[in-house]
Amino acid sequence: MTRKWVFWLPVLVTVGLFAMFLVALVRPSDRTIASQLVGQPLPAFDAPAALPEQPGTNSRDYADGTPRLLNVFGSWCGPCIAEVPVLLKLQSMGVEINGVAVHDRSEDLARFFSENGNPYARVGLDVQGRAQMAFGSAGVPETFIIDGKGRVVGQHIGVITEADIPDILKQLGAR
Amino acid sequence: MLAEFGMAALWIAASLALLQFALGAVALQRQRPDLAGAVAPLAVAQATLCGIAFVTLIALFLRSDMSVLLVATNSHSAKPWLYKFAGTWGNHEGSMLLWVAILGVAGATVALFERSLRADTKIATLTVQASIALGFYAFLLFASNPFARVAGVVDGQGLNPLLQDPGLAFHPPTLYIGYVGMSAAFSFAIGALITRDVTPQFARAMRPWILGAWIFLTIGITAGSYWAYYELGWGGWWFWDPVENASLMPWLAATALLHSVTVLATRDALRTWTIMLSCVAFSMSMVGTFLVRSGILTSVHSFAVDPKRGIFILSLLAIYICGALIIFAMRVGTVAEGKRFDVVSREGVLVINNLLLSVILVVVMVGTLYPLGLEAFTGHKISVGAPFFNATTGPLALTLVAAMAAGPLLRWRRDEAAVLARRLALPIVVSIAALGVLLIATDDVPVLPLLGLVFAAGVGLASVAPLWKRNLARTPLFTWGMVLAHLGCAVSITGMAADSAFTKESLVPMKVGDVRPVGPFRLMFEDIQRVPGPNYDALQVTMRAELPNGDLVTLKPALHRFSNPAMVTNEAAIRTFWNGQLYVVVGDERAGGQWVMRMWWKPFVTLIWAGGIMIAFGGALSLIGRVHRSRTARKTNARAAS
Amino acid sequence: MRRLLMIALLGVAQPVLSQDYSEESLPDPKQEAQAVALMDTLRCVVCQGQPISGSNADLARDMRRLVRERIAAGESPEAVRAWLVGRYGQWISLKPEFNDMTAPLWAIPLTALAAAGALYARRAKRRGK
Repeated sequence: MTRKWVFWLPVLVTVGLFAMFLVALVRPSDRTIASQLVGQPLPAFDAPAALPEQPGTNSRDYADGTPRLLNVFGSWCGPCIAEVPVLLKLQSMGVEINGVAVHDRSEDLARFFSENGNPYARVGLDVQGRAQMAFGSAGVPETFIIDGKGRVVGQHIGVITEADIPDILKQLGAR
Repeated sequence: MLAEFGMAALWIAASLALLQFALGAVALQRQRPDLAGAVAPLAVAQATLCGIAFVTLIALFLRSDMSVLLVATNSHSAKPWLYKFAGTWGNHEGSMLLWVAILGVAGATVALFERSLRADTKIATLTVQASIALGFYAFLLFASNPFARVAGVVDGQGLNPLLQDPGLAFHPPTLYIGYVGMSAAFSFAIGALITRDVTPQFARAMRPWILGAWIFLTIGITAGSYWAYYELGWGGWWFWDPVENASLMPWLAATALLHSVTVLATRDALRTWTIMLSCVAFSMSMVGTFLVRSGILTSVHSFAVDPKRGIFILSLLAIYICGALIIFAMRVGTVAEGKRFDVVSREGVLVINNLLLSVILVVVMVGTLYPLGLEAFTGHKISVGAPFFNATTGPLALTLVAAMAAGPLLRWRRDEAAVLARRLALPIVVSIAALGVLLIATDDVPVLPLLGLVFAAGVGLASVAPLWKRNLARTPLFTWGMVLAHLGCAVSITGMAADSAFTKESLVPMKVGDVRPVGPFRLMFEDIQRVPGPNYDALQVTMRAELPNGDLVTLKPALHRFSNPAMVTNEAAIRTFWNGQLYVVVGDERAGGQWVMRMWWKPFVTLIWAGGIMIAFGGALSLIGRVHRSRTARKTNARAAS
Repeated sequence: MRRLLMIALLGVAQPVLSQDYSEESLPDPKQEAQAVALMDTLRCVVCQGQPISGSNADLARDMRRLVRERIAAGESPEAVRAWLVGRYGQWISLKPEFNDMTAPLWAIPLTALAAAGALYARRAKRRGK
């Protein structure tokens, strides 16, 4: 005669599976892909100047002792517009922000800045997403917090809101 | 008014299901045949009212009644009528109502047409069916009302253009009939456990229901694969996407069940195993629906749903699946152990078939759910895709088809290994010859496709061998069905292997007048122009393909730009030849009036779906053959009795 | 803005002087085959289900270009995979590597196979008895 307990195994497995489904439902996957570079030096990249009056940005701009934000955005991206006022506020608080515009064009960027304001010290073009991939960034807008030694100390995925400002400042201060 | 009418129909259907369940339970418990008589008519009435509710919802969509929330959020008055119609189930609530309506129809069909089952087992089956329906009625009525009203909407929001496709309009219903049809097998199994009626007679009664559901699952998967192939525009036909896996898992379980129920019917073996598989097959169907509906598994095809509904559905599934498994574990002791099998016998090979299909099922399930579990419990994100599934299921599937070649050539009960070797000699020689030819004539064919082609050649031949030296006119229809389905497997594997081994790809920028070779063809970019469509604007390229024999054919791939919602789709131009398909897509624009053309020559790729259709058709022949034979047997018995 | 969106959606990149391999085959068929095989096993980060070889998303395009360029420059496919994993994590690779995190993933199928074998042996009738 077959041992009885074997027939209770399916029940056990099923209960386990449903526990997993429940955890997945209650705490859904955040669907964002975080960069693996946090804690590491900013990788080599070069985003040439997007506008005649403003310099572009590359990896050599970052290890000069000043912590900064590196914002990955695009003039074609709706949420990026919503983020500009908050970035302007950060700028007025003395935070230096560099921008990398992905899949963008100079004329579109010029219009974007004239309509929404320009919070950036430097703006580089990343036409083919090379800088974006070097950062391990999966979308726009995303913001990397870079310390004075040129290390990535944090990543903010999605729009920065007023509520995020203290946290961003704290990460900038933590060297 | 119409929406309220539909709502009322749904409430009455739910009450009838409750009555059906209660009467059935009392009739079984107290042995009251007078009450039992009402169960079958109730099942029919319940199905009718649920059907009316669903038809009402279709009418609301066709009339673009924007006062109904569901219509307003999922339809648009400017849509072609076919997509308004299909829009009924292109959303969460509508598809759940369709699911329940099919469940009702399955129950009603059992109530009306099932004659060979013992009377009390039939009542138990219908009672279980009603208990499933009850839970899903509750879900519809309390958590996702399809008839909810909304005020102040002028026009709707439209449907994802990717889903605006005639094939896709009928894909979900087909798959659902398969999924929900498995509920009949489930109810049969639980019913038989309750009435202690796990016998060959019961297996013979259950078999047509499994076959029917399995046919629809096969068609659904085949059609879904072809949809991905022509609609996504990259020439791929299977991505091991979670949603695809969710439809494959019930199919694997159902295929195993189909074979084990035959062993039970013929040899009175595999009793507990068959009952277990019935539970697994329908559980997989429910979990499949749930995984897709809840958006738990991220996928291109899935719809996101709020977590409250998810928890409701999750609880329902947990109750049904755990409940069934607990009944199984408690009652299994009363099911006498079936007969043992001889290794060299038809049932011996069918056991191998069942075990391999089950292992493949476990592999697909683990591969699909592992990333979900790992992230839920540790937070680590990984992906499991084609490399894992191909490496694991590939060798298992090849072993399975080898068993498939041997099984039908063996006698039931006991056969001789030497006889089997003699029967398989020719297929084995053909396989070896195919291997030789492939090794000499081609280079760089990867191992798995190579073995696929070699096995398919032998298995294809072996699968028609059961017809050898038989009087074809007197061969039973279900034998024809089996031969056709097995041949279909070989055909489909040939297509898969040929596609991955011999496809010629060419991705090149072209401008008007350019000519490029693709496989045996020469393709010329003739023209590009703007063509307005019903709810999109198209850029259409005219390509002229020159065949090896000098004939010319025209292909017109296009880009469709939809404005509501804003989206661009690539419309592939596919030309089918007897030996494969030419597949052309317009890609990105490049400087100087150039467009990147994505062109593929895919030798024998069509065999993938031709094989799928053969499998389904073989299933249909078997079904007709079985039903016909049991009818004839009943008539003969009746005559003998009188 | 709307026109711009259209362009972004269509992926109509502005004229680039060098060869753009986001959608074109490499001239060397061996390298192209390697690149395609690799792209089939890299997951598109914005579409979340498909490999980058089957997606129209901009970032998938960028990754295809990157893969082809690196393969053309002589890098091995596994080195390219490692570079991307170093940025996006294991999630980007559809080919799960074997480590203690994924051991059960590979062990469960093997266990199932062993269990199936045991079940078969238990129920099979010995010949000649």
